[in-house]
Amino acid sequence: MRALSFSRALALAAIVLGLLFALLSTTANHALMDFVIRLASLAIFATSLNLLAGYGGMVSFGHGMFYGFGAYFFALTMQRAGVSIPVAIVASILGSALLAAIVGVICVRLKEIYFSFVTLAFQMLIHATILAAMPLTGGDQGLRGGVPRPPFLGLNLSNQKQLCMFSAFLLIVCLFAMHHVVSSPFGATLRMTRDNADRAAYLGIAVDRVRLKAFIIAAVFASIGGLLQALFVSGAYPDFAYWTVSGEGIFVIMLGGTTTFLGPLLGSVLMLLLNDFVSRFTEYHGLALGSVILVVALGLRKGVGDFVVDWLSARSEADASERTKTTEAAS
Amino acid sequence: MTAALEIRDLQKSFGGVRATNNVSLTFEAGSLAAVIGPNGAGKSTFFNLISGALRPDYGTVRVEGRDIVGLSRAEIVKLGIARAFQVASLFSTFTVGDSLLAAVTSGLDQSERMLSRFPPPQASSRAEEVADMLGLTSKWRTKSSTLSHGDQKLLDIAIALVREPRVLLLDEPTAGMGPDERWRMIEKVREMWTRQKITVVFIEHDMDIVFAVAPRICVLCYGEIIADGTPDEIRANARVIEAYLGTPNAEAPP
Repeated sequence: MRALSFSRALALAAIVLGLLFALLSTTANHALMDFVIRLASLAIFATSLNLLAGYGGMVSFGHGMFYGFGAYFFALTMQRAGVSIPVAIVASILGSALLAAIVGVICVRLKEIYFSFVTLAFQMLIHATILAAMPLTGGDQGLRGGVPRPPFLGLNLSNQKQLCMFSAFLLIVCLFAMHHVVSSPFGATLRMTRDNADRAAYLGIAVDRVRLKAFIIAAVFASIGGLLQALFVSGAYPDFAYWTVSGEGIFVIMLGGTTTFLGPLLGSVLMLLLNDFVSRFTEYHGLALGSVILVVALGLRKGVGDFVVDWLSARSEADASERTKTTEAAS
Repeated sequence: MTAALEIRDLQKSFGGVRATNNVSLTFEAGSLAAVIGPNGAGKSTFFNLISGALRPDYGTVRVEGRDIVGLSRAEIVKLGIARAFQVASLFSTFTVGDSLLAAVTSGLDQSERMLSRFPPPQASSRAEEVADMLGLTSKWRTKSSTLSHGDQKLLDIAIALVREPRVLLLDEPTAGMGPDERWRMIEKVREMWTRQKITVVFIEHDMDIVFAVAPRICVLCYGEIIADGTPDEIRANARVIEAYLGTPNAEAPP
């Protein structure tokens, strides 16, 4: 299946953003606005993990380190440097790109399970560092005192509705940017290294360099997911950098599907809905989530998004062959 | 004029086993040659040494006069060596068309560009030309992993060919095929060689095919070149008959 052309993807992104804005500007429902903010954070993170794991074949168990790093770096920059929010966002992006370059140089050379576990090890290292650096990060209490949110460009992110709009905007922009990356020649090259790294090398592709670039790009977007979370809760906590965040990311992309670009977005929606509904009825919501992933993994043997796409394409093929039969019968 | 591929005193040992022993061969530009030899003769090792998968212990490999020993595989590719594999080595989730487009793109110095879309417009003419030459046009939208065995081997060659190499190494292009399919395959290889005017060196087990198609045959045995010449010379060579074909006339080609 060919990806959307640039202009179509751009038009689609603009339309969806317009609809979201129109919908959100009429609502006064706090739960819905919170949901959009949390969704933006999780979906940006999960889609970035899918860029790495689904398109690049690098199943990171430590992708959450960049989510946590983005949250802390952004919150600390806002607290200590007194800069505007866009400046702090750019600083967080650069900071996480640098961290990813250092971690990535070591990790991308490793294959499969070794890659997974070394990324996990780095995540534990970052988590331990956050716990240990008490004066800077507040240790296990988390970074408190609130994240200042000075207005910029007429936007006041202390206002829940404006933060919600801003989150929707970031979500669409990040999805569009990541979609563009996977649809570019680089995206094709990345998929070649995933399918057959050896053959890619025989075509003159510098496999490790391509993998490193993908690692850095994925980390940058993960950090944007993290800083959105920091804006939302007005703080940063060690849990943001714990391995369970990476686990949740993998859970989401498995639930939503790894072969379609929007699978992780769908997975994020399902994940948050499940969390919210299930925890209303029982404290054992892990049990319910586990059952759902078992049903999806064993029943569908792919993510929900993959299932829908496969079903649609099977149906359109069936339609096409049906039409051929009818024309043949008619003639 | 410098040769397309010039190999001097190539040596490689694994433990105590000499897989390649003092191999010296020269392939002129635009030539077609077969490398034959019994199982374990060192044919695949020979290809691995030339394509940069293995580093020789000793010796030089020159592509149009430039020594490639010690260069990375990417650099060797840029100098014009491409190879296809005994077991087709494909990008399983790519369609035939996308495999070829992606392979062309990897040579355009924009394989890592993020600001344009795949495939770049200038990739399509070469990809379509190669698909047409190897008879894959009707399979353009078929996923690599669902192709028949023969088509997978063709796609493997197409992926190597699409980058316009000067030297193409084919490791058993007819491996695992039935008799009729073998002949169709080797006809395609010969046609491609005629049209592309590149140097093609192929490993082959089927003696009928080798003697019918290859103007030049190099016989490798226990890592050494024991004979090198035209089919008639090889047929008459006593060492070949003894070491490779077994008892005289038992399996001798027609």
